[in-house]
Amino acid sequence: MDIRLDAINHFYGKTEILKDITIDIPSGKIVCLVGPSGCGKSTLLRFAGGLEKPTSGRVLQLGEPPEGCLNTLTYVFQDFALLPWRSVRGNISLVLEDHGIRGTKADAIITDVLARTRLTDFDKALPKQLSGGMKQRVAIARALAVNPAVLLMDEPLSALDSQTRELLMDDLVTLWTRTPFTALYVTHNLAEAVRLGHRVVVLSRRPGRIREIVEIDKPLAERGYADADLEIIQKHLWDLMRDEARAAEEELIDV
Amino acid sequence: MSDTAFANTPLAEETRQSEVRFRGGGFAPRNRRWVGFVVFAVLIGLAEIGTRTGFISNLTLPRPSDVLETIVQLYQSGLLFKHLVPSLTRLVVGAALGASIGISVGVMVGLFSYVRAGLVPLLAALFPIPKIALLPLFVIWFGIDEGSKYALIAFGTFTPTAVATYSAVDNVDRSLIRMGQSFGLSWFSIVRKIVLPGAMPGILSGLRISLAIAIILLVAAEMLGAQYGIGAYILEAGSLYDLERLFAGVVILSLLGVLVSTVIGIIERRLLGWRT
Ligand SMILES: Nc1ncnc2c1ncn2[C@@H]1O[C@H](COP(=O)(O)OP(=O)(O)OP(=O)(O)O)[C@@H](O)[C@H]1O
Ligand SMILES: [Mg+2]
Repeated sequence: MDIRLDAINHFYGKTEILKDITIDIPSGKIVCLVGPSGCGKSTLLRFAGGLEKPTSGRVLQLGEPPEGCLNTLTYVFQDFALLPWRSVRGNISLVLEDHGIRGTKADAIITDVLARTRLTDFDKALPKQLSGGMKQRVAIARALAVNPAVLLMDEPLSALDSQTRELLMDDLVTLWTRTPFTALYVTHNLAEAVRLGHRVVVLSRRPGRIREIVEIDKPLAERGYADADLEIIQKHLWDLMRDEARAAEEELIDV
Repeated sequence: MSDTAFANTPLAEETRQSEVRFRGGGFAPRNRRWVGFVVFAVLIGLAEIGTRTGFISNLTLPRPSDVLETIVQLYQSGLLFKHLVPSLTRLVVGAALGASIGISVGVMVGLFSYVRAGLVPLLAALFPIPKIALLPLFVIWFGIDEGSKYALIAFGTFTPTAVATYSAVDNVDRSLIRMGQSFGLSWFSIVRKIVLPGAMPGILSGLRISLAIAIILLVAAEMLGAQYGIGAYILEAGSLYDLERLFAGVVILSLLGVLVSTVIGIIERRLLGWRT
């Protein structure tokens, strides 16, 4: 199933936040969204998942969601959003219970997603016992449990330290290589964008407009840490963004 | 000086040395239960010594050992339970009624804008009323017997519980609710699995206060008209200036307070173990 953001415009009050955004997210690909702070990336992601409505424009699902998909558009949040009173297993079963999946069927799904995110030994732990990277892996496991058509990820790694971030990027690449998933991935970090994105959409500062769309053809599995090809693309992205980012920074100071 | 010289820059060791002062302690309550007992024991011990030596006259303060004896006598004569059972029944029935209505109303206020707009001013108006002043009204509405006492205690626990509950619901992490919605959880599931557990810490600390108020109102209600009950016992002792019995009653009330607070503590430890 593909997703299309079609001619989206948005105002908060009188402030124009997003202007004429059209993005296609093809099935089985990761589309990264980068842009200076405050340009409306999170807002766009909320539109994509139906948590908010744009002033004008539409979000379209093209085609049918895959078989056994419980929650078509599924978020992975920056702050993990795990229920602190439920164990790792409980947090995952939370999203299955409402679909009437309990008992052995739920157990099978939970065991599978825990294995895919290397959390099998921690299923009884409470969130407070886990490190940041593990918490985000639980959140990813929870998202995978509902077998989503599209993952909507809002800076999923930015609350983590840079080593953990590297490790988790590797995890995401492994996950994708084994079973390709579709994702709209918002990030501040250009290294993440060139590492995970098949396509990188660069937004301008507020009002957010599409500056450029960069396609990266190199297969995910072949991209590595400090990859020379990626460095070139990353530099290009940074050149696009530098002035915008500086201007955005100064704009925020004025407010 | 070049950067490489850093490696052999000597530390100023020959100058005065002092260890960095530790200033990170405190602000983390830990389980030191014995301290509570020590405070009680010291206070009671001082009173005992003071009354025995005559430093404190018997008219000012009864001797703690005499008070204990009075309690033992009360127990042996079987009167203790004759007073305690009706009191406890009133407390349990009244507080359960008040707390459960308070929690339900608080949750509704927390969840629905219309209920909030309608009830928050009402709660603000009800909160500062000294509930004891309404006892005559309750006697007319619910009769002179148990009904009016239940109503008084229930009403007294209701307002603080409702207020504590709705602020607890307000404080539930909105990002968790967003998460629930984004996974397509039903409204009812979000309330039951996210809002209520998230509000539980606030509800329980509200209950601590409400139940203390319930004990105060219990005594007040019993003083105004009851044959048996701790309040009636204290009132009778007070009117005779029988300080030993008065204090015996007060001690029983304090024990009741400690008991309630311990029970809530146990519930907190069982339900809120997830807190950091
Ligand atoms: N609910 C809201 N009401 C009014 N203004 C809002 C609201 N949400 C966001 N904004 C404004 O919209 C703009 C875009 O916000 P958004 O959070 O989408 O930016 P972002 O690109 O995700 O920024 P960041 O990179 O800092 O996360 C900001 O200027 C913000 O102040
Ligand atoms: Mg954002």
